[in-house]
Amino acid sequence: MSNVKLNVNGAMHEVDVDPSTPLLYVLRNDLDLHGPRFGCGLGQCSVCTVIIDGVAVRSCITPVSAVRGEVTTLEGLAKDGKLHPLQQAWIEEQAAQCGYCQNGQIMTAKALLDRNPNPSDAEIRTAMDGALCRCMTYYRVQAAIKRVVRGTTASGAVK
Amino acid sequence: MSTVLQLPKAVEDSILQSTRASRRVFLKGSGALVITLSVAALPGTDGFAAEPATSGPYPDPDFLQLDTWIVIHPDNTATFYVGKTDGGQGTGTAYRQMMCEELDIAYDRTSLIMGCTDITPDQGGSGGSDGVERDGWAMRRVSAEARRVLLDLGGQHLGVPVEMLAVSNATIALKSDASKKVTYAELIGGKRFNVAVTGRNVDSIAVKAAVKPVGEMRVVGQSLKRYDIPGKVDGSSKWAVDMKLPGMVHARNVRPPLAGATLQRIDESSVADVPGFIRVISRGNYVAVICQREEQAIRAARQLKVEWKAPATAPFPASADLFDYMRRATPTVTSEPQVQGDMAAALAGAAHVIEAEYEVPFQGHTAIGPAHALADPSNGQMTIYSNDMKAYGLRNGVARFLEMPREKVRVVYMDGPQVYGRTAADDAGFEAAFLAREMGRPVRMQWMRDEETGWDTKGPPYVFRLRGGVDARGKVVALEYDACSADHNHLGYNEPDTVLIAQLMGRRPERPSRGSAEAPSVMYDIPNRRTTTRIVGLPMTWETPLRTGNLRDPNGPQVTFAFESFVDELAAAAKADPVQFRLDMLQGASEDAVFRKARSLAVVNAAAKTYGWEARPSPKSPAAARGNLLTGRGIAYTYRGNTIAATIAEVEVNRQTGQVRVKRLVCAHDCGLAINPDGLRHTVECGMLHALSRALWEEVQFDTRKVTSVDWATSPTLRHSDTPDVIDVVLVNGDPNPGRPDLPHYGAGETSHKPLIAAVANAIYDATGTRLRRPPFRKERVLAALKAARV
Repeated sequence: MSNVKLNVNGAMHEVDVDPSTPLLYVLRNDLDLHGPRFGCGLGQCSVCTVIIDGVAVRSCITPVSAVRGEVTTLEGLAKDGKLHPLQQAWIEEQAAQCGYCQNGQIMTAKALLDRNPNPSDAEIRTAMDGALCRCMTYYRVQAAIKRVVRGTTASGAVK
Repeated sequence: MSTVLQLPKAVEDSILQSTRASRRVFLKGSGALVITLSVAALPGTDGFAAEPATSGPYPDPDFLQLDTWIVIHPDNTATFYVGKTDGGQGTGTAYRQMMCEELDIAYDRTSLIMGCTDITPDQGGSGGSDGVERDGWAMRRVSAEARRVLLDLGGQHLGVPVEMLAVSNATIALKSDASKKVTYAELIGGKRFNVAVTGRNVDSIAVKAAVKPVGEMRVVGQSLKRYDIPGKVDGSSKWAVDMKLPGMVHARNVRPPLAGATLQRIDESSVADVPGFIRVISRGNYVAVICQREEQAIRAARQLKVEWKAPATAPFPASADLFDYMRRATPTVTSEPQVQGDMAAALAGAAHVIEAEYEVPFQGHTAIGPAHALADPSNGQMTIYSNDMKAYGLRNGVARFLEMPREKVRVVYMDGPQVYGRTAADDAGFEAAFLAREMGRPVRMQWMRDEETGWDTKGPPYVFRLRGGVDARGKVVALEYDACSADHNHLGYNEPDTVLIAQLMGRRPERPSRGSAEAPSVMYDIPNRRTTTRIVGLPMTWETPLRTGNLRDPNGPQVTFAFESFVDELAAAAKADPVQFRLDMLQGASEDAVFRKARSLAVVNAAAKTYGWEARPSPKSPAAARGNLLTGRGIAYTYRGNTIAATIAEVEVNRQTGQVRVKRLVCAHDCGLAINPDGLRHTVECGMLHALSRALWEEVQFDTRKVTSVDWATSPTLRHSDTPDVIDVVLVNGDPNPGRPDLPHYGAGETSHKPLIAAVANAIYDATGTRLRRPPFRKERVLAALKAARV
């Protein structure tokens, strides 16, 4: 065990864990952030996705000691009590079924729109392809992303 | 304030937050005080005395008491308690809408608690798409009865006969003078109704009040937004997977590496160096490790040295040989042939006789979140936090498994990953409870990905043989259907002698359940028919990862794939348009009590019209197509229970690569009264796409010793790139009987899942002229078929 410092959603944390511990378990079990979830532990499904310095990262295969930069989790997307446009669009489109994977859907979409605010339908499919959903909410997830791209969410433009 | 439930505050908060519940408190003066959920004092509750804390037992809530279902709070809000769960189809929202409707209270003034065995009436949990269809009636009736009681109280309070009163949003007022009014809360807020209803069981509840006619409904039929989605997109929802308790430890299973392997020796010293390691617990062939932290338990489970002995004979054939094995196997169950008419004479006189065999492999639940549960053995009781859709069954099963009085066991249902039937959530709940009792402290069980994908229950594989004849005018005169499923070890829900831990410990029932092999559900008029079904078993019945269990309409997708594909083959033999061919067969059918004939015709017509179906025979003539992309369309129709669906798929097949892409899906769907049309549409969409995943990707693969498809690389699923460009869902919901204006509400979770594989196969045939008789239609299989047919 050793002390590891982490900047998560703008706050500094220090946790006493084995440095090889996947970031996912530190977020969920030490910091009580339940947005990222366990899906495969293999980096295959995206359910555990967080954003580190703008990049969507699979926290289930990222050792906590390897984290450099600020970690943003699903809980960190809303600002000043206002949902991120993607979260708002998810509600407008009623995009979730069970919702277990929606962290991966939303965080992957955020990383996409942050680097490309105006993706084509094909670019959305490609960028989202690793975000798996077994309720098969893909159609509405894509609709929610397109809603944000069109800028039609009540909350306004991205960022 | 103390609570009866004694839920950890985090759980209380999350349940209350997710349902916007306020506390369930009854005034002491009106009977026994009951507090089932409480948090920090809320406004308007001063002066309420608290019941002393209890730590169980947990007797069954009395479903005949109105107070079990509905509590009116002092702030004129209400909480509903129902014995169902919501696997993500928005049924919780639908239940609330139905109860709001009958109680006459605004949706946003209510909250809902589901599936907690000690505070919600036992409605059996979820399954079979019957939550709205069957259990919704009890919810409607008790809500209507509560409204009736409140109106009586309102009449007394205002000093007028009930006929002079109107109700709007939990306020009763004189029809003639709206200023003379009283709220539900003023009449009964915080107090008990103390009103009993009657009924032999929860499904036959009878009340004095009448439920509303459809024409008077205002909340039902509205596409209200689901209450649970905001918490699911901002990370604030607390799920079963998020539950933590003080003193909790983490468990991981160590499964036999080969099916049927027996445990020889465990070398505990092999994990002595794992930080936080506490204990190995084993019984029979069941092995689990317990550690302080989650990542430690994962490491210990991987590192633990266990010696296993392989079984003397192979537990099953390899997946490549499965269907040959099934054809040769001696059935465990053979049905009596169902015969109508004279098959031999009809076939002898037919202009075309065709015959075909179809195969469907094992397909799994493979939930996105592997199975999990947290069990707390405090105070000699057992509380299990679980997303099991049959919380009551889990409670009863664990009580029997651990030989505890059932009053000492309760299950707190919380949200979880998709549950489309008998998932491994059952198994994880039993394991957590067993380990918690062994440890004497709360234990969290979490399955890993390879366990979930390898060991969850599977939908049974099938082999079908169909033979049929059409006459010179293109009418189907004979149809022979033979189905064989490998469903011999089909598991029920939460059975203490068939859950995986019980099997591995050597506990098992005298014989496996019967299993099933089903006949198709269609309204076609076919004068001469012969239907036979058989069930076979694999060599190993118990302790095998190839265990079958209910998976979203357990037999429907397989059966409908074979049958509706064959109907398409008959249509092609008759050179008939596939839609008209089906309409002709429906026209000749007799009507039934729920108007399935008329509704089937309406649904098939609506699908064709929405799609813009051009009448012509299949195939489209691929020889004339240019380039590598061949397009086609296919239809399939069926019903499940009282709900009817017709699906049209439009596909693009790349003849160079074999890649199939579904461009568009149309589903016309009739489930009677739609409680929440948008929620229904989404469920229909996702039901289709789940079946599209089964059509294009899903197949359990195994060698003769173990399952080899164990993660998302080896067990692929539908992805974003496979999603159709357009999905049209048409809610045909209409009852053609003018004598019955009140449309019943039927189920919707599974019907759209059922015909889709056939629709895709029929579309591939239309595009290529090549008939695929075995899903999944991965590109290698499609390409091989195209090459064989020289497309």
